Amino acid sequence: MKQAVIYIHCLVMNVINVSHLSKQFRDINAVTDLSFSVQEADVYGFLGQNGAGKSTTIRMLLTLISPSEGEIELFGMNLRSHRKEILRQVGAVIERPDLYKYLSAYENLLLFAKMSGMRVRRKQLIDQLEMVGLADRADSKVRTYSQGMKQRLGIAIALIHDPSLVILDEPVNGLDPQGIADMRNLILHLSRHLKKTVLVSSHLLNEMEQIATRMLIIDKGKKIIEGSVNELFDPAKTIVEVGTADTTEAAEIISRSPWASHLKHVQAGHIVFELHKNQLSQLLKDLAIMNIAVTAFTPVNSLEKYFLSLTGTNQHVAAFAN
Amino acid sequence: MIKIFRCFLVLTAFTGNGYGQDAAALVQKVKAKLDKVNDYEATGEMKTNVSFMKVPAAQVKVYFKKPGKIKIRNEKGISLVPKGTVSISLNNLLSGQYQALDAGADNINGTPVKVIKLLPQDENGEVVLSKLYIDETRLLILRAKTTTRESGTNELEMQYGKFAAYALPDKIIFSFNTQDYKLPKGVTFDYDDGSQKKKENGTKESQRGKIEIAYTSYIINKGIADEVFK
Amino acid sequence: MWQLLQIELFKIFRKPRTYISFGAIAAMVIIVQVALKFDGQSYIEFILGSLKETLDIPYATILNGYFVCFIILNLLLIHIPLLIALVAGDEVAGEANMGTLRLLVSKPVSRTELMLAKFFATVVYTAMVLAWMAFLSLVLSIFVFGTNDLIVARSNTLEIIGHNDVMWRYLAAFGYATVALTTVAALAFMLSVFAENSIGPIVSTISIVIVFTILSEMQIPLYDRTVKPYLFTSHMLGWKGFFYLKADAEGVSIPGTIENLPAVLRSMGILLGYIVLFAGSAIVVFKKKDILS
Repeated sequence: MKQAVIYIHCLVMNVINVSHLSKQFRDINAVTDLSFSVQEADVYGFLGQNGAGKSTTIRMLLTLISPSEGEIELFGMNLRSHRKEILRQVGAVIERPDLYKYLSAYENLLLFAKMSGMRVRRKQLIDQLEMVGLADRADSKVRTYSQGMKQRLGIAIALIHDPSLVILDEPVNGLDPQGIADMRNLILHLSRHLKKTVLVSSHLLNEMEQIATRMLIIDKGKKIIEGSVNELFDPAKTIVEVGTADTTEAAEIISRSPWASHLKHVQAGHIVFELHKNQLSQLLKDLAIMNIAVTAFTPVNSLEKYFLSLTGTNQHVAAFAN
Repeated sequence: MIKIFRCFLVLTAFTGNGYGQDAAALVQKVKAKLDKVNDYEATGEMKTNVSFMKVPAAQVKVYFKKPGKIKIRNEKGISLVPKGTVSISLNNLLSGQYQALDAGADNINGTPVKVIKLLPQDENGEVVLSKLYIDETRLLILRAKTTTRESGTNELEMQYGKFAAYALPDKIIFSFNTQDYKLPKGVTFDYDDGSQKKKENGTKESQRGKIEIAYTSYIINKGIADEVFK
Repeated sequence: MWQLLQIELFKIFRKPRTYISFGAIAAMVIIVQVALKFDGQSYIEFILGSLKETLDIPYATILNGYFVCFIILNLLLIHIPLLIALVAGDEVAGEANMGTLRLLVSKPVSRTELMLAKFFATVVYTAMVLAWMAFLSLVLSIFVFGTNDLIVARSNTLEIIGHNDVMWRYLAAFGYATVALTTVAALAFMLSVFAENSIGPIVSTISIVIVFTILSEMQIPLYDRTVKPYLFTSHMLGWKGFFYLKADAEGVSIPGTIENLPAVLRSMGILLGYIVLFAGSAIVVFKKKDILS
């Protein structure tokens, strides 16, 4: 059974393959040794706080930024040497979609469609605008559009040439709840009905949980964790934050113990474990046996806390919580 | 002694008067020839040679009307004609009252000439002094040097050919004084092509200009309206 | 590439600021023409005043369409670089500022193609500005003032050019001026790559042109030998070389000639070299640039 699963897994193509990607801006390591892959028809969630390296990574995928190290393959082709062929199959909305304000929606769409190498007819463009609910404002200047309308136009532009891979960087930023719901439905439609591969970056965890099939969490330019949503958010599993007096010594002891494989994260003041809920009491007992002075023992029971614990920003949460 | 001195004076006076009469008589003969022409409209090609000007050869018309009107016109273009062109007309030089003095003889291009100085009686006139080099045989003025009040000393040289019967030249060369010309480079924004700079104006030679008119035809005594000279 | 060029031209000519140039040129030219129509003699007296005592000045014939055009070019070719920089400096920096640059660069076109299309679109714009200026300053001046010989006043020489010998010189001069202004466009275009706001490249370009023009026009021997021959502004006035004639031994100008054609061609070659340098540098830098806007 396991072998069959592995075999089936190999048949599924990796649309994106990133190996040991790094990017340095002067003395800032924006991305460090990042490796991940996105499979065909995935809705791949790219999670991280602001400044974590998500946009930098996405810009590297779109050749806006050149990596300092590492390789990127899309559709099995090296991005550096097959840039044009690859980008013909990619549509992207990068952060807030900024368009030519002095042109109409129709003109913007026409312009970018031509740049994508398409021969388009007016009807095709109007249909595309219809799809995103902008057909009746096709000839209005973009400067008259709301943020939500611009976002929808950005989506229309990203999809006009029917790309196989759609990259959305923070697509729900600035949208109202209805806009967020629309975006969610669109992404699901792209994936489930149009069979497109979607890479979505966001810091909105609840949204990502609802749409993503696989996820990567990035913090300070480094991969924290990657896997399917089910793997990451197994309800039977939990994250527990263990407060200790001497974290360094405690981590040293735990790393030599059977609990080493459950050790996720070490921060000043506490150690983060990932384990089954039914292992909690055993962990507590074993910590006492190992003479580790436990000052706090806190299972994380929310997705947000899980994320924050992985990225080590508990302090921010605590400050706001109080 | 006094008797000898008086005789000497009389002789001298007679001699002088005799020479003066010769000079005046010659000038009168030349004037009579010139007076055959009441007016003319001449066509010719004018070349301008002034140190600070580059001018193409121009087709001009020269108009003359007695007693002293003269006008050079470029019908189809621009010509910067020196003031003092009154001196170009020999008729003007010989009009009015003047005293003619014999100034000896000379030779112009192999032709012997008589040199006559003319002192205008009109003290307010434009011309102060004229020096004429006259071919006695043909009664033609070959050269005229004129000192004017406004324009300094001009020189007019004539070459005669088919119009000699009317004392009208085939070609004249008129030399005159000019002021220096200069504009700040900040006004003109000249293109500096990197070549050697021309020698600065200021030498005596560079302040002289020359125009040369080669006449191709004359229309003589057909009448010319005064408006032409405005 | 042709498709990209069309797109870039479409963007340039849909921007309202593009038409500022055309409007400004029209206003400036017409103002000069009106002034000369009413009081052209004063201007001629200013130019030829020192000769008034010795030469008869035919003011009416001097003030003709060719003369008026020459005055306009003399005055405006200092100011036109600003109008060129207004568009050229916006080409890349404007896109970065608008946020559209990241969309463009993520399309399946090479950065080199994109930059070449933008640069050629700028060249077309520059040529159209010159064509507009040529129409207004030459054609309209001829219509209003008629034609006659042209007097060209240099700092220590007066050139008179026969009216039959003028038009081809203007065509050559406008062609040369297009190259000269393309140099300014290329400079602004290059500076545009380094900025994310078009004000910087525009102001920088104008500042450079002004400073270099001052150095080019100043008569300081130190600069004459060392700096001046290499400044592109020293060669931008090469269009005037088409209006300097050769003269024969008698000082009579020879129609149909140019006093120093090799120098004019050399200046044009230098300007073309600068265009290649600026545009080439822009492309090289842009190819390696991280698009963070």
